[in-house]
Amino acid sequence: MKNIKSLLAITTFALAAVAIQGSANAQQANDPKFNKMMKDGFRAEGIAGLDRIDQDATQKFCSDPMFANSKQAEKMREKIQKMNMDSIKQPSDGKYIGDWLNGEKIAQSGRGATWTDKADTPVGGGCYNCHQIDKKEISYGTIGPTLWNYGKLRGYSQEVVTYTWNRINNSKAYNACSNMPRFAHFKLLNEQQIQDVMALLLDPASPVNQ
Amino acid sequence: MQRKFTLGLSSGLLATLLSISSSSSAQNTTDDIAKYREMIADGNPSELYEAAGEELWKKPAGPKNATLEKCDLGLGPGVVKGASAQLPRYFKDTNKVQDLESRLMTCMQKLQGRDPQEMIDAPFQKGPKKDMEAIVAYVVTLSKGDKIKVSTAHPKEKEMYELGKRAFYFEGGPMDFSCASCHGEDGKRIRLQDLPNITTQKGAAMGWGYWPAYRVSSGQFWTMQQRLNDCYRQQRFPFPIYGSDVTIALSMYMAKNANGGTVETPGLKR
Repeated sequence: MKNIKSLLAITTFALAAVAIQGSANAQQANDPKFNKMMKDGFRAEGIAGLDRIDQDATQKFCSDPMFANSKQAEKMREKIQKMNMDSIKQPSDGKYIGDWLNGEKIAQSGRGATWTDKADTPVGGGCYNCHQIDKKEISYGTIGPTLWNYGKLRGYSQEVVTYTWNRINNSKAYNACSNMPRFAHFKLLNEQQIQDVMALLLDPASPVNQ
Repeated sequence: MQRKFTLGLSSGLLATLLSISSSSSAQNTTDDIAKYREMIADGNPSELYEAAGEELWKKPAGPKNATLEKCDLGLGPGVVKGASAQLPRYFKDTNKVQDLESRLMTCMQKLQGRDPQEMIDAPFQKGPKKDMEAIVAYVVTLSKGDKIKVSTAHPKEKEMYELGKRAFYFEGGPMDFSCASCHGEDGKRIRLQDLPNITTQKGAAMGWGYWPAYRVSSGQFWTMQQRLNDCYRQQRFPFPIYGSDVTIALSMYMAKNANGGTVETPGLKR
């Protein structure tokens, strides 16, 4: 009798533990109240339409970092990364490296895509907002890693070139919830501009690699 | 006149400091801004807004030609001192959690008969919003030095906090940004701008505790609603509606996280 009781107690405890574990690691439930708050909370302004808060699968997944970073979410992370990887196009002209001087200009500009911008306002890469790149620019952010001596440190192999191309085109291919925008996916930068930013990082003549 | 002159002089000084520092390191720039803050700490330009706000508070206005002096900001009708340190909070009469600005709209409607929609639709720094900004400056100055003390005891307050937390992590727009993209980690910067980690008490107090503030770069006094609005603009989101629940929920999240910190409003910002 005593044994049955303790068995029962252990089972109950185990079940409760599973339940707690489960709820802590499940993706947050859809909440109609939250959805309504978001829907009613914004209005379209200029080029910034309400479709900007219609989340795609990646955005939805990453809006729940507790779950997204959990062990339970590993498979889902891989799925999201694969989906983003599959969307990347290699350069149509086979050229990966453009003009670093123009790449520096793109890296400097953080403009574009806000409701105070026009549809034809060129969108900058905003790279210096988050990364150190050319050491001469002291006004740089620290959300991303330093890119100083990017090619010099990693070499200029095709492997490094392709990885960098992919990373700029769609950073979520490697890290599902990377803080870096998906520049090609959302057409923030075109192919030519990405080639130019590539040159800033991977042209041996670029000031970044001196 | 005297103040205007001082203001011009100090702005010039800041420009000089900044241009000197552009040739030195990032750390020095932050130090220089701190030095500048110290220098004009006795003469924050917000005082001009504050004085105008006090006048507006006591002046009969609106269709009912009434003052705001009976406005209940949570500590009872007419109590302004210490009120903004405890906002947002639940209000029984509206059955809503309100931040300072949405609450002031309620007072303007109930006491003065003004239409809140006009306030909601007005652009920042213009028309009725200009009055709001001055009144906000007046109210928040009267909590300066108080401890941030926001409650989530009421179920609606607790709910608002949870909604705000969810909104804080909500990613969207063409750059996949959420508030957490910039304000979710310690010790990060955008360019030279230090970013408080709003998920921590210390970081939340650094953010929430210093807004509303006078912005030197724009020469304007910005309310919390305007600060949030510009965050969303830079996040590439659509336009957050003035006083909407998402803005109040985010304020609740920040304020509650900041509890125990000190109200330093009106702040002085870059």
